[in-house]
Amino acid sequence: MAAEVKTAVLSTVQQASAPAIPVAQRLPQTKGWKELVRDIWDDNPTFRMILAMCPTMGATNMAINGMAQGLATLIATVASSVTVAALRTIIPAEVRLPAYMIIIAFWVTIVDIFLRAYLPPLSAALGPYVPLIITNCFVLGRAEAFASQNSPGLSALDALGVGLGFTMSLTLLGIVRELLGFGSLFGIQLFSGWTPWVIMIIPAGAFLVVGLYVGIVKHFSPGGQIGGGA
Amino acid sequence: MDIFLIVLGAILTNNILLTTFLGICPFIGVSGEYASASGMGMAVIFVLTMTLPANWLIKHFVLDPVGVGYLSLIVYIVTIAFLVQIVEMFMKRFLPALYNSLGIFLPLITVNCAILGGVLFAIATWNLGFLESVAYGFGGGVGWALAIILMAAIRERLRFAPIPEGLKGPGIALIIAGLMAMSFVGFSGMINIRDFGG
Repeated sequence: MAAEVKTAVLSTVQQASAPAIPVAQRLPQTKGWKELVRDIWDDNPTFRMILAMCPTMGATNMAINGMAQGLATLIATVASSVTVAALRTIIPAEVRLPAYMIIIAFWVTIVDIFLRAYLPPLSAALGPYVPLIITNCFVLGRAEAFASQNSPGLSALDALGVGLGFTMSLTLLGIVRELLGFGSLFGIQLFSGWTPWVIMIIPAGAFLVVGLYVGIVKHFSPGGQIGGGA
Repeated sequence: MDIFLIVLGAILTNNILLTTFLGICPFIGVSGEYASASGMGMAVIFVLTMTLPANWLIKHFVLDPVGVGYLSLIVYIVTIAFLVQIVEMFMKRFLPALYNSLGIFLPLITVNCAILGGVLFAIATWNLGFLESVAYGFGGGVGWALAIILMAAIRERLRFAPIPEGLKGPGIALIIAGLMAMSFVGFSGMINIRDFGG
């Protein structure tokens, strides 16, 4: 299963660098691939579904923070989905939601402790937004809608797609906000004598950039589902 | 006096939604109509005022003495889910009118990051005392409710405005929230809740 996931990542990276033919048509048409592609783009959690907005805004003032938050969420989502899928025949239907919450909280705790131990500056920069992955609606959403009815391998691919889509969105937002707010990219100063756009660093900038991104994505590919929930 | 300042600070300077981005998903999803926005706002005030002190007591009298601080996230989220369930059952039995107006919003509250986020900011990041936590819970809830009610009122006015197709719905809502956040910047610096922490 690990090899399957690895090829999935490699293939996605290769496809992304050759945009001439739509990504969805170039990938092998198996169920796992379709899930992966659908989750990365068509059901992109940030720009399509308008889910998990707190970390999307709170952790994207710098590109590196956005990417770190996305990867932390990716790991927690994949681990939770695989656990839920592996236990799907054991968990009684009546108590499944509390059980999923505890599984997710367990994995998020592990990610949080790992970050605090090995990457303390990053952990301090992200603050409470890593623990808040627990209430990311799409983590529970993938567990409930997909992992509870599918095998662990397929669930891992599904969660990986959502996680990659989320990481991509957060990194993109971080790049724009850091470039305009600090004149730098991943901490490297690009423009000397850049007048910082203070609005990009403060909360208001986060709302404006996400709002414009949502509008742009919807304008260029009007299909798909535009949501917005709890 | 401190308590009053914390309530005011939680509403204006440290607004839980417009400065710390907590609870944005329901803020975008439920702010289309004034009635449901105020229902959701009331539910958040109610639950945040209850869960913050409850989790404060659990942290200071159970988790810290026993030395299992690493379990805090799991315990907080279970406490929140449990309290929401209790509140729902209590309301259904004793306050049916309130239950009917809040009913559908209560279960959604468990996964509202404003609740867990408020708990984490007050207890873990700022390390507030007990009464300060109660004040922050209430003020934070009122601030969130204020923001969503303002937003719902603005969106009702926008219903017939000529908005570009792509921005209709969530896009314009986020941009309005950005403009609201900009106006709330005017309050910043007046009170800083961080100063009340230990």
